[in-house]
Amino acid sequence: MPVLELRGITKTFPGVKANQDIDLTLEKGEIHALLGENGAGKTTLMNILYGLYKPDKGEILINDQKVDIEGPNDAIARGIGMVHQHFMLVPVMTVTENVMLGNETTKSGVLLDREKVTQRIREISDRYGLEVDPNAYIKDLPVGIQQRVEIIKVLYRQADILILDEPTAVLTPQEVDGLFKIIHSLIDSGKSLIFITHKLKEVLHIANRITVLRLGQVVGSAIPGEVDEQKLAEMMVGREVNLVVEKKVAQPKEAVLKVKDLHVNDERGNPAVNGLNLDVHAGEVVGVAGVQGNGQTELVYALTGLLPLKSGTIHLNGKDIHKATPRQIIEQGVAHVPEDRQKHGLVLSFPLLDNMVLCTYYKPPFAKGVNMQDRVIAENGSMLVKQFDVRTPSIFVAASTLSGGNQQKVIVAREFSRPIKLLIASQPTRGLDVGSIEYIHSRIIEKRDEGTAVLVVSSELDEIIALSDRIAVMYRGKIVDILPAGATKEHLGLLMAGVKPEDIPDSAKKKSAGPVEKVF
Amino acid sequence: MTDKTVKPTPSEKKDDKFDLRQIFEGSYNTLLPLLAIFTGLVIGAIVIAGTDATVIAAWKNFFQAPGAAFAATWTSIATAYGALFGGSLGNPRDIVAGFQTYFSTGDNAALLKAIYPITESLTTATPYIFAGLAVAVGFRCGLFNIGAEGQFFMGALGSVFVGYSLQGLPAFIHLPLALLGGIAAGALWGAIPGYLKAKFGAHEVVNTIMMNWIGFRLSDWLLNGPMKSPGFRPVTRNIAESAQLPHFFPDPLRVNWGFILALLVAWLIYWLLFKTTIGFEIRTVGANPDAAKYAGVNIVRNFVLAMVISGGLAGLSGASQVLGVDHWVGQGFSAGYGFDAIAIALLGKSHPFGVVLAALLFGVLRGGATRMQSLAGIPVDIISIIQGLVIVFVAAPDIIRWLYRIRPAEHKQALQSRG
Amino acid sequence: MMNTKKNPEIDMRTRIAWGVVLIVVGLLVLFLFAFSTEAGQVTKFGLNEAKGEAITIPDLLLPTQPTNYVLALILIAFGAFQLARGVKSTSTLVAVLAFSFVMAFLVWAARDKSFSLVGMLSSSVVRATPIALAALCGVISERAGVTNIGIEGTMLFAAQVSVIVGTTTHNLWIALLAAILTGAAVASLHAFLVIKFKVDQIISGTAVNILGAGVTSFVSSRFLEKNIDTLNNSGTLPAFAIPLLSKIPVLGPVLFDNTPIVYLTILLVAVLHVVLFYTPWGLRTRAVGEHPKAADTLGVNVYLMRYINVMIGGMFAGLGGAYFTVGSVGRFDEVMTAGKGFIGLAAMIFGKWTPIGAYTSSLIFGFADSLQVKLQILKVGIPPEFLLMAPYIVTMIVLTGVVGKAVAPAADGQPYEK
Repeated sequence: MPVLELRGITKTFPGVKANQDIDLTLEKGEIHALLGENGAGKTTLMNILYGLYKPDKGEILINDQKVDIEGPNDAIARGIGMVHQHFMLVPVMTVTENVMLGNETTKSGVLLDREKVTQRIREISDRYGLEVDPNAYIKDLPVGIQQRVEIIKVLYRQADILILDEPTAVLTPQEVDGLFKIIHSLIDSGKSLIFITHKLKEVLHIANRITVLRLGQVVGSAIPGEVDEQKLAEMMVGREVNLVVEKKVAQPKEAVLKVKDLHVNDERGNPAVNGLNLDVHAGEVVGVAGVQGNGQTELVYALTGLLPLKSGTIHLNGKDIHKATPRQIIEQGVAHVPEDRQKHGLVLSFPLLDNMVLCTYYKPPFAKGVNMQDRVIAENGSMLVKQFDVRTPSIFVAASTLSGGNQQKVIVAREFSRPIKLLIASQPTRGLDVGSIEYIHSRIIEKRDEGTAVLVVSSELDEIIALSDRIAVMYRGKIVDILPAGATKEHLGLLMAGVKPEDIPDSAKKKSAGPVEKVF
Repeated sequence: MTDKTVKPTPSEKKDDKFDLRQIFEGSYNTLLPLLAIFTGLVIGAIVIAGTDATVIAAWKNFFQAPGAAFAATWTSIATAYGALFGGSLGNPRDIVAGFQTYFSTGDNAALLKAIYPITESLTTATPYIFAGLAVAVGFRCGLFNIGAEGQFFMGALGSVFVGYSLQGLPAFIHLPLALLGGIAAGALWGAIPGYLKAKFGAHEVVNTIMMNWIGFRLSDWLLNGPMKSPGFRPVTRNIAESAQLPHFFPDPLRVNWGFILALLVAWLIYWLLFKTTIGFEIRTVGANPDAAKYAGVNIVRNFVLAMVISGGLAGLSGASQVLGVDHWVGQGFSAGYGFDAIAIALLGKSHPFGVVLAALLFGVLRGGATRMQSLAGIPVDIISIIQGLVIVFVAAPDIIRWLYRIRPAEHKQALQSRG
Repeated sequence: MMNTKKNPEIDMRTRIAWGVVLIVVGLLVLFLFAFSTEAGQVTKFGLNEAKGEAITIPDLLLPTQPTNYVLALILIAFGAFQLARGVKSTSTLVAVLAFSFVMAFLVWAARDKSFSLVGMLSSSVVRATPIALAALCGVISERAGVTNIGIEGTMLFAAQVSVIVGTTTHNLWIALLAAILTGAAVASLHAFLVIKFKVDQIISGTAVNILGAGVTSFVSSRFLEKNIDTLNNSGTLPAFAIPLLSKIPVLGPVLFDNTPIVYLTILLVAVLHVVLFYTPWGLRTRAVGEHPKAADTLGVNVYLMRYINVMIGGMFAGLGGAYFTVGSVGRFDEVMTAGKGFIGLAAMIFGKWTPIGAYTSSLIFGFADSLQVKLQILKVGIPPEFLLMAPYIVTMIVLTGVVGKAVAPAADGQPYEK
């Protein structure tokens, strides 16, 4: 008997059919993976199950009983728990407070009983191996621990059906292993689990059954062992996918960027980059691998002038730029594809043509003195839209109306179209569909082949491996090691987790079918 | 990684929510402000009739004489709004007759009398144009300048000081100096919150409110002390004639060059905001400060610059009132210009031309309100009520859409909806 | 991974800055006050209210010049210690600084004169009351994530309604209730606009302020002015001395001989403190103001929490409005709140969005207000307007974060969308 059954779930948002007639069953004690590209409708489906959205059509059955889930309260009451991709934790509150929120235990019916909840958290921790200090504040905890708190929240509410939404996105390969252990101990105690991801290897490793979504529809299901990555990728994307980026061997030339003993504080004033050294040469792609929050963001901000340096030097083509403003750095020929495209990369309310000149609006031919040259700016916009294949009804529509992939193309068009010597691309394909990813990857390699120095920062190890000629692993604000293009994931993963380069076993450096390798 | 392209992170959400930016962009069309004004006036009419003793009495006898109830209601509203618009626009027949007399006999007395109301409305609208532009420039830079009130007052004090303390200068030097005095004082009052915002991230809303009160206290002191004219009342001396904005017509018509100046400044601000790199930077900072920083725009400078321009305009507003109309300053001089300015900027969608139109409307309403009070006994405060309502309706267009069953003009995010 | 300890460099800089400030103020006391007094001058602080208390204690007689020397010395010594070693708590520094300077100033200003300390403290408590109620309104609304700058307008509405109800019913308790309900109604308008229609919260608050001033002035000139005795003359709530407690010297007359609104305010501060930090409701309220989405996914109704908290805030503001009419003068005058709602916002920020902090700040602002009145009587020669500016300037300094950063709730002022 399935513990959960979805029948014919349909949900439409203005202009988009997010879910069409989706059927899904979850057996007791099963790990059921929901696989799909970004935008395939996985999260929408789970939000419907969790009561955050109402379906237009379709029904939900729990233990063979038809249920109406009006909101998270209903879902929780029926034993459904969800670990959201973006953690739903209040940073300024303690673990205990976060766990009890919405389901508080009280003394004499009025006052919060923190001790009792703390006690329960300790019990849950012990039982499932989820170690955490109940009195710690969330803001002080690393992401791996925060995820444990999310799982504890779900278990505290005695959920039987757990939904994990992209749980591995922010973890190191070793942390992923730890998570998988927790997942197995959950299954052993009789829970059932839906595991949402777009990572093929993970799915093959952990799932009992796989359902693939594409454009809001179920395109098929599979059992690991009967399918391989290539097959799953094709189901997911709907066509044959080239999993590797085709490129020639790099021809590195002189060093364009030289970073020496760099120290940078983050926006709150805490040290984030601690004595980092790095060179990037013309005609090569250097990839920075690392778990999120190890100073990559601050490194890029320091290189582009968005954060001040505490100490150290940055040389660009031999020129010292450690005190330069963002504008001076841009004028030195640095292009920056920012990590958060909607925060830094675009002015969403501005039309495309203005976004296309965001960094150059003040220079001829776009401006003469203070007078902006509207016609030149419009011509520039039309040209770039064509050249970079941005799908838009016109150059006069606001950037906010474009899809994520097209927004990213606008940024790429703007940054790649001016003469540049150094390209810094941070999470260049985050949240994009496979088509856009392939396009942007090929453009980056094209730039490299033109002789531009390229620095790619990404938390997607696959992306780093696909693009890089050299891979720099960043851990706690330092580059701990630089590996050649052929490095193994296990090797990279251990470095990312803080294992010292000299302590890495040789077995991890060779391509093998070890357990960690399988994860990806 | 993410399944939703619309709003995965909090920073992206920022651009999704309703905020200052959407007031002048996107789904807003020109019909809505007009309906907002209309609805404000209708509710104003209900308030006028509903608080009128004769109307209430007539409705008490509704079942005996239903016609009388409606008639009384109509009379009440018609008298009030008749007085309001008569007092602000004048009587068209009188104006035509005035022209006829003027062209046939060359006697302009009748004409001047007939156009008096409309010139008074223009006179009232003049400081509103400046003040509305002040708030609008702030909005465009993402700043909510609630301090236009204080800046207005400081501007008035600055210009009046230059106006009376310098004597014997020719007008072509003295008048610009007096205007500059007003601009400088207002700009200073705006620059302080602008700097604190840029440097420390201190919220400009609270700080401009604080600056208002500091300004009021300071002016209390100035008007009772250093700037007090000889005599009993806490007022300044009159400005020299050379610092006055010349009137177009003989007294009592007070419409003056300030109005022309206001139109010119509105055009100047339009050019600045939309045709120059300076405006591009201000608007970029306003629409997305993070992207502005990424693009190499100096945020600190633009926040301060926008607040200096905004404060300067508010100061100029005070100066235009002093130099063109009052010629002296007393306590309680500002009387809500700063708050009216917020309504005007919102109504004008923070576009200089929209601001001019909205300011003219408020000039008409405020100009006629005094006459409405004397003729129909309706307190002038009815205008504040209408104004508050207009702000609500402009800021919440959904109410208007719901009232008039208007469908949203476009749902713009079709393409990038949730996956 | 992240080191969340404070940045040592910034710590060092603030430490030095504080030390320098303390020493400079100490020197100011020395030069401005101590040196301008003469040996033998005496300052007399009255510690009794001339009401024939059961227990009178002798007035405080301070030799003016030595007292100032001592206070200057305290400041300089503290400054030196701060430079050398550093004191952990910023509040201690603020307290030492404020107390020493204000004491020195008072001792100097009242040299050779008698000055009723108790009278001033008790008037501070009274003057702090409407500010505190406005601040509490701000605290609970903003803790739930809704900025309310319309407090001023809300108080005006409530003040007017309470006086009209009080005059027509001849029952001031009903008047008080009417004020509270009016506050809730006006706040619910604000809540409706910002939650349902997602109107910018500052704009909505501004509209409430404009409407508050407009409607009350309209009603005032259309009805109240012509019918003062039948509509605008309610009388005031009597002061009520709490038995025994009011007999305590100094503290008694200051705290325990007041009108019900003052007591109610102090009670509300305590209640709100417990509710916010020790009950499920408070936990949910704070969660909704910090991370509404997190609260939503746990089944907390974000919109409902916001509606109710904003309305409770409106009730506080309504009570604050009643203070102006039935609480003090018994009639309504146009725009009689005179900016107290905005000062309340300042007190809320100064008090770091906590009920107790907000009340303490309100007391400070109330103190500045009553000090200003006393100084006019003492003829010190400092324009009272400058003293009245002090709370605003202090608020602006606090906002810069130089003296202990005040951090607003993370989702404060942001509409929530599912």
